[in-house]
Parts: sequence; C-alpha cells; structure tokens
Amino acid sequence: MSTLRIDHVSRWFGNVVAVNDITMTIAPGVTGLLGPNGAGKSTLINMMGGFLAPSTGTVTLDGTTIWRNAGSYRHIGIVPEREAMYDFLTGREFVVANAELHGLGRAAAARALATVEMEYAQDRKISTYSKGMRQRVKMASALVHDPSVLLLDEPFNGMDPRQRMQLMELLRRMGDEGRTVLFSSHILEEVEQLASHIEVVVAGRHAASGDFRKIRRLMTDRPHRYLVRSDNDRALAGALIADPSTAGIEVDFAEGALRIQAVDFGRFTELLPRVARDHGIRLLTVSPSDESLESVFSYLVAA
Amino acid sequence: MSTTSPTAPPAPAAAPKAALFHPTVARLTYRALLGRRRALILFALPAMLVVIAIIIRVLTGADDTTASGILGGFALGTMVPLIGVIAGTGAIGPEIDDGSVVYLLAKPVPRSTIIFTKLLVAIGVTAAFSAIPVLVAGFVLNGNSQQIAVAYAVAAAVASVAYSALFLLFGTITRHAVVFGLVYALVWEAFVGNLVPGARTLSVQQWALGVGQKIGAEGALSSDVHLPLAICLLVGVTATATWYAGRRLKALTLAGEE
Repeated sequence: MSTLRIDHVSRWFGNVVAVNDITMTIAPGVTGLLGPNGAGKSTLINMMGGFLAPSTGTVTLDGTTIWRNAGSYRHIGIVPEREAMYDFLTGREFVVANAELHGLGRAAAARALATVEMEYAQDRKISTYSKGMRQRVKMASALVHDPSVLLLDEPFNGMDPRQRMQLMELLRRMGDEGRTVLFSSHILEEVEQLASHIEVVVAGRHAASGDFRKIRRLMTDRPHRYLVRSDNDRALAGALIADPSTAGIEVDFAEGALRIQAVDFGRFTELLPRVARDHGIRLLTVSPSDESLESVFSYLVAA
Repeated sequence: MSTTSPTAPPAPAAAPKAALFHPTVARLTYRALLGRRRALILFALPAMLVVIAIIIRVLTGADDTTASGILGGFALGTMVPLIGVIAGTGAIGPEIDDGSVVYLLAKPVPRSTIIFTKLLVAIGVTAAFSAIPVLVAGFVLNGNSQQIAVAYAVAAAVASVAYSALFLLFGTITRHAVVFGLVYALVWEAFVGNLVPGARTLSVQQWALGVGQKIGAEGALSSDVHLPLAICLLVGVTATATWYAGRRLKALTLAGEE
C-alpha cells in the first residue's frame, strides 16, 4: 500500500501559476482529480509522476521524493494523456519492451495484456489501433510491473461507452486490491461513477476534497440561475417569488425573459412547473444560465 | 477486463542496473531511427556517393586528387554531418517532441544509461551509413591508392562519434535540433570554416581529418588541426556532450497538455 503526498506544492511557468499551494494526500483506493480544462490537473499528475519539479513544496511517495528518483518507478505506473507511443511496434512488442525496461520478461507482458484483454490484437501495429485500444495497451504498459500506484491522465478521453465501462471496472478492481489509483477528468459524472474520493482543482487551487456525495451536494446546492420565458412573465414572477426557494427575479426587457436566481435547486425544479400549471401559464423557455463546468467549479472555490 | 490475482503478484521489478547499455532502449532507438521517413536520407546519401564514385571512375579513371576531392568535399564535408544530424537528433528528439519518451523515463533505468545507449546506436548508425560507403567509394575511385579510402573511412567513423554526441545533445536541448544541427554542419563547418581559418579549429570535420591524416600517405589528406589536439577535442566534445545530455534528460520536464 502506498500513499502519495503533495505538500504545499506550487508550480509556475514564467509568470503563469499553474498550481498554487496545493496540499493533498492520495491514499490507496480510487481517487478522482476533477477540474476544468487548464485547472492544473496535468501539471499535478506530471509532478506526481516525477516529470516536473515543483517550484516550491514537495511531492513524495511513502516519504520518498519522486523528482529525479528513477527508483520510484518500481512502484508507479503511468498512463499519460498524450497519444504518442511507439507506433511502429505491435502492441505485444510495446508491452514486452516496457516489461524489459522493468527487468521483467515476456510472461509479465502477457499477463498485463491479458488484464486489459488486448491479446486478440497484440500482434497488430499500434498505428492501426483505435483510441480505446491504445488506451488499453497504455494501461498494460503501466501495469506490467504490478505497481502499487497508478496515475492516469484523462484516461477516458475519446473512449466509447463500452470501453469506458470496461476501464472503470478495471480501475475499480485495482483500487479494491489496495492500489493507489489516481485519475484526472473534467467530467463530474465520470469521476463520481468511479472514485470514492475526489480532489477538485480549479485555476491551480485546491477547491474541494473528500467524498463525492459531499462535493456533489456542494455543487447542487449552490444558487442556480435560470432564464425563463413564458406567456405571462409578470404573473409567473409574482408566484415564484412567494416561495423561499427563489432568491430573486429580474425582468429582462431586452431578452423578453425572467432571470431567476434559485437557492434551493431541488425545490425550485419542482416549483416552477407546478406554479405554471396552477396559474395557467405556458412556459416557453427554461434554460440554466450558469451551468458551465467553470461556473460550477468557481462556486466551489468560493464556497 | 480481468485483473491479476492479488495472491500471485509478478516477481518484483529489478533494481536499477548500473550498466551503461540497455538492449531494449537500443532496440527501440534503432527501430525508431530506421522506421521514420527521414531514414530514407540515410540510404539515399551513401547510395548517391557510391553512384557518383562509379560514374567518375568510369569517366575519368582512377585519380587520387579526384578521390580526395570527392571523399573530403562531398563525403566528409556534407554527407557525414548530415547523416550525423539525422541519426543523432533522431535518436532522441522525436521521442521528446511527441512525448513517447515518457515510456522510457518512467522506468527504473538510470537516465545516463538511456543517453549512453542512444549515443551508441546513433554512432553505430552514423558510422554504418557513412564510414562504410566512404570506404567503398574510395576503393571505387582509386583502389585505395595512398590509403586514401581507408583514411577517409576512419575519419568518417571518428567524426560519426563526435557528431552523434553533439547532435544527440541538441536533441535534448531544443525542439529544433535538426535545424541547429544543419546550421552547425553546413553553415559553420562548410561555410564559416572556409572563410575564417580560425573557425576550422572548432570543426569536427578537421579533427577527424587530423586522425585520417596519420593513416593516409604523406600529403594525401590535410587538416588544420594536429593529431594530439584533434584527439583531445574529439574526446572532450564527445564526453562533455554526452554528460550534459544525460543531465538534460535527468531534469527533463514534460509540459502538460493544458
């Protein structure tokens, strides 16, 4: 069992701060690193994988610094986001080469290929592989030495639903076996399906940490904004504002719509259609105006 | 998907070995070098040299001056550095550019082993595609009269070592290693070296000629650098470039996609 510790880590590139004073502990089990694109997830994973030195702070595996420590790769398996592999090799040749670089042989490579169920295509050139097949061979190369830590950068990108489900199942089992599995994603649903523990990073800052239910609640309970059009905006506004789930309503003359701020998401979503029906108002448009992931994450940072 | 049984884990990975050569790194490098499109130049240039040698021999007969002109001008002056650029930068540059080097670096293999192995492969490829064709062309041109063929072939082999180390280093420093390599090989060595006599002292080509000079008959080859200095510079540049490339690889950072 291995534990990764990130202790007051910052990383900047010139004047740009990619990671800002982050402290987190990644324990055995599956952890999801969640954040919008450009949040600093890859920078964090690169530091955990020993491919980037922190500008300040330390990144350690069981107390040992990872940066410039080739020995740590005996315990770490890495699945990079980038597509490039050795495309001129077959899948088997690629995994065997990875095994040999760990001082292992063909048996370890065969076991890893079986684990990701790629034996059927192992003698085809990697250049002929689909995105999902590449991802599985990358997984095999990372698993070949049976590492206690597995780092995956956006592993589900470009995978079809079936491949995604298979990979999730595999990662879940890896976590159940006591491995420390960390994967990054910018899709909340992806993370909550797989990870019992979530670390949220927004704009280089550590926004939230903990059980996915707690974070999901934080995300759901935030004030929501809606743009609503109906055949009687003023009557609708009057009926909605009487309920405590609605914090404010603005009549937007230019748009010909109501801008509604709801504080109780669940209650408001039930209230709106009921009020419309009771008052004989026809709803023409109901559109959330701040549902972008960035705005959800921004709220988390402020929360 | 299935998983490995937790009760029967594979044998633990071996500790990093102190060996300077890793056969798997060599195999990957060799296949990557000869598998890319630019490898066509590796075959085309030596073929061109041999064809030119055959044509000249047929048209003008055996002539030592012509042989020296072809082997010193085209072969050692242009072909060897070009092949050095392709093999030296190609041994590591593309892997760093596309990020696939991560599969080598994320292993318990010392980075110095990776660099040294890649250097040996680059030297092997450069020497094979330059020294051997030079020897063949030399024999075709004048039948190794005055040891010209052997002398230039040895000079090409010696130059292969220094060029490989230098261009391998370029591959770890910049994404534009090929451009820098070509600038050094063609502008510095061929152009500046001809205009500014002092610049010739800092030319791999001249150092290699300094070695070849000792093998060829008296006056068959000429170099601006004497043998002891040539050997010191060849060894010094090769060792320093390899050491620094190893340092660069140890501290190589992979920027994220973000």
